[in-house]
Amino acid sequence: MPMDESVRKAVLSTVPSLRAFAISLCGNVDRADDLVQETLLRALANIDSFQPGTNMSAWLFTILRNHFRSEYRKRRREVEDGEGRYAETLKSQPEQHGQVEFREFREALDQLPTDQREALILVGASGFSYEEAANICGCAVGTIKSRVNRARTRLAELMSIDGTNDFGPDEQTRAVLASGGE
Amino acid sequence: MSERKPPGAETPMEATARHTKKSQAKPAKLGREVQARLGQQLRAMYDEVLNQGVPDRFAELIDRLEGNGNKDKH
Repeated sequence: MPMDESVRKAVLSTVPSLRAFAISLCGNVDRADDLVQETLLRALANIDSFQPGTNMSAWLFTILRNHFRSEYRKRRREVEDGEGRYAETLKSQPEQHGQVEFREFREALDQLPTDQREALILVGASGFSYEEAANICGCAVGTIKSRVNRARTRLAELMSIDGTNDFGPDEQTRAVLASGGE
Repeated sequence: MSERKPPGAETPMEATARHTKKSQAKPAKLGREVQARLGQQLRAMYDEVLNQGVPDRFAELIDRLEGNGNKDKH
């Protein structure tokens, strides 16, 4: 199976992001890595259907997402313990001032419906546009926007940061966010 | 009784539903600061995985599949 070096590089460079997305879907690193492996096998078996010049990472994300939807969702439900999955599966949490909030965030994220979580991750972390995320999820752009909005609102509720005064102790971070966030 | 409503008329239930929908659409808007904070948490979580790079198993898988690695990796 000959592969163009640029294609190989593009696939490899997407792997970290694929893993991050897969972990957010599966909530478990081992299952996520299996999902990534199966995604790569499928992608490489169908590499001829990839259009050179188009977005390799969006193509791989689509394969992963569809495979997860068809194979993993039922299985996940069987083993889901419902709380603290990120906290348990991601062992190397950075020691930093916001650690408690970081953990709360992960637990809150776990509680979102899959539709909302995947939309939020694709747009808010993976760096896809709303249009790209809509293509990956096979739905309308408006649907993605709505899911992202609902996800953010729900997260804020779960973390009780719907007001502006509950932002933890770090005034400096807050000032930076307020001034430099534009 | 409500089956008898004239076409086009709104039952109290429908009126409430319309109202609720409308009033839920607006207050759901989050402040910039909250959004920035959530975005920062999300990125931190994601980046933690990104920083792990490409695990060997995936590089080896690709090498094996394309036949470049041949047998030197067993």
